[in-house]
Amino acid sequence: MFSLVTFIPRAIVQSIPLLLGCIGETLNEKSGSLNLGIPGVMYVGAICGVIGSFFYENSGAAFNPVIGLIIPIVCCMLGSLMMGLIFCFLTVTLRANQNVTGLAMTTFGVGFGNFFGGSIIKLTNAEVPSIALSATSKAFKASLPFAGKAGVFGKLFLSYSFMTYVAIAIAIFTAYVLKRTRTGLELRAVGENPATADAAGININRYKYFSICIGCMIAGIGGLYYVLDYASGVWSNDAFGDRGWLAIALVIFSIWRPNWAIWESMLFGGLYILYLYIPTGANFAMKEIYKMLPYVVTIIVLIAISLRNRHENQPPESLGLPYFREDR
Amino acid sequence: MDKQKKEPLIHITKRKEISKKHEWAIRLGSILIALVVCAIITTITTHLNPISVYATMIDGSFGSERKIWALLKELSILLMVSVALAPAFKMKFWNLGGGGQVMAGVLATATCMITLDEKLSNGMLIFVSLIAALIAGALWAFIPAFCKAKWNTNETLFTLMMNYVATQIVAYYIIIWETPKGSGKIGIINPNTNAGWLPTVAGKQYLLPVLISIAVTIFMYIYLRYSKQGYELSVVGESQNTAKYVGINVGKVIIRTLILCGLICGLTGWLLVAGTDHTMTTTLEAGRGFLGVMVAWLAHFNPLGMVLSGLLMVFMSRGGGEISTAFGLNKSFGDILTGVILFFVIGSEFFINYQVHFRKSHRKEAADV
Repeated sequence: MFSLVTFIPRAIVQSIPLLLGCIGETLNEKSGSLNLGIPGVMYVGAICGVIGSFFYENSGAAFNPVIGLIIPIVCCMLGSLMMGLIFCFLTVTLRANQNVTGLAMTTFGVGFGNFFGGSIIKLTNAEVPSIALSATSKAFKASLPFAGKAGVFGKLFLSYSFMTYVAIAIAIFTAYVLKRTRTGLELRAVGENPATADAAGININRYKYFSICIGCMIAGIGGLYYVLDYASGVWSNDAFGDRGWLAIALVIFSIWRPNWAIWESMLFGGLYILYLYIPTGANFAMKEIYKMLPYVVTIIVLIAISLRNRHENQPPESLGLPYFREDR
Repeated sequence: MDKQKKEPLIHITKRKEISKKHEWAIRLGSILIALVVCAIITTITTHLNPISVYATMIDGSFGSERKIWALLKELSILLMVSVALAPAFKMKFWNLGGGGQVMAGVLATATCMITLDEKLSNGMLIFVSLIAALIAGALWAFIPAFCKAKWNTNETLFTLMMNYVATQIVAYYIIIWETPKGSGKIGIINPNTNAGWLPTVAGKQYLLPVLISIAVTIFMYIYLRYSKQGYELSVVGESQNTAKYVGINVGKVIIRTLILCGLICGLTGWLLVAGTDHTMTTTLEAGRGFLGVMVAWLAHFNPLGMVLSGLLMVFMSRGGGEISTAFGLNKSFGDILTGVILFFVIGSEFFINYQVHFRKSHRKEAADV
């Protein structure tokens, strides 16, 4: 029954929201901000995209796939940008506690998603409590036309939608920027020791604002991917679940390296759906135990990283701390 | 060079001290502004009259004796979680696992009530389930605390993941014990015998949980304020190096504080199953672990202040539930309003800790000197 050829593509599709959330959170953390609001940001990003494409699909105009792609992506990025700005304003400008602000953003974001999701569901008058955006999702899921003919190779490497490849490209590009460019160096300096960076003439607030906002937009796209790609355009409330938290855990798992996160998110994606593939027969209770796997693995990895305690594996030094120039 | 021109428009300094009156004026002002913003959001998104929405929320929370008791019950459970989390946060140990620790207590209590209901007398059963819940909650907090003390493992994510592990174990046992078979839920435990249920005090079902939470809150206030252990944990929170220098065993303090935290969370789980809900679901904890973080933080980890911040949260969630039924809105609308109020209260802390000088006032000050 278990076939790797069907399992791996599903694990990869499952992994992309985690990957995008993880890249977003990495950018946040590299600037010294532990943003626990990422789950909320992903909800807001997803629902903003859904709202955009819902009104486009129901506007009566003929469906144009290109516009159908651009509208949800732009809406999603605007929504997550708004969340990013709230976080920046509170934690960078007003120097509020990041953990509390993040948790408040998650409360707000999940509520925002479920409220507007619920409102649109009511607008559709459908029997099932969900929104189906089939046309938009079809445009999103379009894959290479010859993928089906290329056998196992095609199924494993070519059968995905363009967003999947874009996500992986974003991961590689972010890793490159962080590690190899001057911007990345200065950003890491801000996260490690803002006082030193400030003395070197780096504009701390500008770096923090940009990295948090760009990070939130990338994470928001992860939420959108989940709805339009993984869930085939079906939004139902609370369906996104705890993926946002797993994305944050993934940052530590990948030791703040977006290029490593590609593989690790695939591993997590696999663990997330593994319970569907382990035969348990009529024993449904065991499935609940298998659902525990991603969390248990995260815990083991956390302990393992702390045990090895190597310098390059540590979080940015000023992670979680607000910066006030006059504190020195 | 003209120095005046180079001066920035806004200049921020840290306040040395602020009177309590001023502090509360800022805080209440921020809540008022938040309520106005919430009203605007309500009008834009739902086209309802915000005043009638607020009136409905007040009615939903305080409208009748039954509603007030329900509010008190919610408040006491939330308060207990917040009070449990306070010492950990004061120590700068970010315990996001309050929910998991409560669920561990829930699971232990339900296990005792389901498996031991015919073997023990009712009083013994209540006692045994209490002990089991305390141990389970403490264990759930001990594991991350031990790793933090020993290897400095990141506690924020560890405790967070422990929530999901607890939830999945609960889900497992719900399927094992589901009644009737195939329903996927447990239903009310011991509905006929009421074995393991807490007795009702003075004819009020929720009086006992309320009394217990009052006792726990007062205990924690004294513990944090007047006990040696409370002092030690605040030293660890301020600076681990200072703590080491004066001879405090940091690891021991972390583990001890977290066990205390887990004990109170376990107690909360016990109250939820044996005292108020008499059932076990995967969502019984209902996000209180996160909400408790915010309640505790808003009150600056002062257990008495948490009564007020907790009341604000419970009011928002009860009121949010009421407007959803009264106006046919989605239940999550309350979460949006709660989020907006939180943003404003969080932001207001800045104006308590810092003073903003505009260029003009700055010049005037200079002239005064």
